[in-house]
Amino acid sequence: MEPAPTPAPTPAPAPASTLPDDTVITVSHLRKAYRDKVAVADVSLTVRRGEIVGMLGRNGAGKTTTVECIAGLRTPDAGTIRVLGLDPTRDGAALRERLALQLQESELPARITVREAIGLYASFYSDPADPDELLRDLGLADKAGTQFAKLSGGQRQRLSVALALVGNPEVAILDELTTGLDPRARRDTWAVIERVRDRGVTILLVTHFMEEAERLCDRIVLIDDGRVVATGSPAELATAAAEDVVLRFRVAGEVPAGLLERAADGATVTRQPDGRFEVRGGEGAVQDVLTALSGAGLRAVELQLERGSLEDAFVSLTARPLEV
Amino acid sequence: MSATHRTPSGALRRLTLVEGRLLVRERGTAFFGLLFPGVLLTVLGLVMPWADEPFDAEDPVLSQITAITAYAPIVLTLAIGTAALSTFPTVLGTYRDKGVLRRLSTTPVPPSYVLVAQLLVALASIVFAAVLAVVLGAAVLGIGMPTRPLLVVAAFVLGATSALALGCLIAARARTAGAATAAGMVAWVASMFFAGVWLPLPLMPEIVRTLSSWTPVGAASQAMAAGWYGVGVPLQELLVMAGWTAVCVPLAARFFRWS
Repeated sequence: MEPAPTPAPTPAPAPASTLPDDTVITVSHLRKAYRDKVAVADVSLTVRRGEIVGMLGRNGAGKTTTVECIAGLRTPDAGTIRVLGLDPTRDGAALRERLALQLQESELPARITVREAIGLYASFYSDPADPDELLRDLGLADKAGTQFAKLSGGQRQRLSVALALVGNPEVAILDELTTGLDPRARRDTWAVIERVRDRGVTILLVTHFMEEAERLCDRIVLIDDGRVVATGSPAELATAAAEDVVLRFRVAGEVPAGLLERAADGATVTRQPDGRFEVRGGEGAVQDVLTALSGAGLRAVELQLERGSLEDAFVSLTARPLEV
Repeated sequence: MSATHRTPSGALRRLTLVEGRLLVRERGTAFFGLLFPGVLLTVLGLVMPWADEPFDAEDPVLSQITAITAYAPIVLTLAIGTAALSTFPTVLGTYRDKGVLRRLSTTPVPPSYVLVAQLLVALASIVFAAVLAVVLGAAVLGIGMPTRPLLVVAAFVLGATSALALGCLIAARARTAGAATAAGMVAWVASMFFAGVWLPLPLMPEIVRTLSSWTPVGAASQAMAAGWYGVGVPLQELLVMAGWTAVCVPLAARFFRWS
């Protein structure tokens, strides 16, 4: 358990005695099929208290099925799941007091007002948060009297987060929270998620946006075709998959043929149509190329150095680009 | 299961109140469900030349009442049919379609609460519409009151129950909001036909009356008419309504799709 730096205004997480360690969600070898279609083949993951863990994968990779099993909405075919020490299949009702699941494409009655919805959902829990405070936190205070049908996409998502948080959950699973939002609303929602974490809530974030996972998550679980293909921090994943760096530059003057190729031991050198050179390889090889240039009395200009990105990691791990 | 788990008792009450408010907020639905039966009875009674004439001068029973009095129990079936077969399955079908039920299933409150809340709202709106129609009929038109009010109330309650049971079955299976609306409309139009809303039952052929007595709302119409101005105990009709309820409720419970 990490000690709280300052007394939080929201109720503290459950006492450590309920859990042997700080693991909040454990999934091992989860499998779930619908008739003959395997949605989740083999997924294992852990989420520790206070973390934001991203579950990243393209549409249809099995992310939503996994979180629905974690929340007890679906019964796994095989594998075990423990959330806050509870078995979601057996202890579903008790779990739903402490775990919030924000599902994609869940609407509300068209004419319900924001205030009515949050008040109603507060009445479902034995220890709800203060609805007014929550609406203020999520920037919905001035929309309290507005009907659901009249809210913008971003406002609906924020209300959705508010409804998920009104029960004072210890864990929140947020599924595709920013899908369909414009970039501005997406950034606003990210800020909301960070504020949620600051309330002491552990978050499992389901997304197919690389940038979102990179920006928000402490750790990422990469899922493809119903399987976990990699886990780690965004930086770890990126470096593991792409240890190489890419150096691009222009040379003022004529480069002797073969000079760069000879210097770049193990790296590849290509000349771009616009005349720029691109050297791709280990850091040492890339530096050797620059040294050789300088030895020949030439200067590299417009230098650009790039490291492997999470996007590169995803492509190399799943052999396909993320956005489809 | 989860014996220690406690759901706040206020949840169902709150849900019912919100659902009730949402119904009133939907102006068209509210008008047809709550006001239309009373408005229809009053307008027909004021405008139609036949309203104050004996319902059937030839018939020993029907000659004793005015035509508009005979129309009063029929208008009550309109209140039942609109709420139970049109509004109720449409709302639930829409809730399933839009993921409202799915979202509820992520909370400690089971989505069946919204079904119960909807049933309570439908019952309340049926009672409201019926009372309004009777009060308007008595105050504005001076319609004859039931000779056997307890029988009318029993037939009304059974009729509402059996129609809601049928509505539940429609709501249980309809895949989309559109399908729920369509199935509900078919059931509503057929029910209103068999209840005598379009043409009073005594004016219909024998075969239609017989068929009618086997439908939930038709049986309600005939049983209420018997209690209002007729003679004898409409045992078959009362049993038919109880039978529809006994069949539809377990079927709906068995086949209800929450998402």
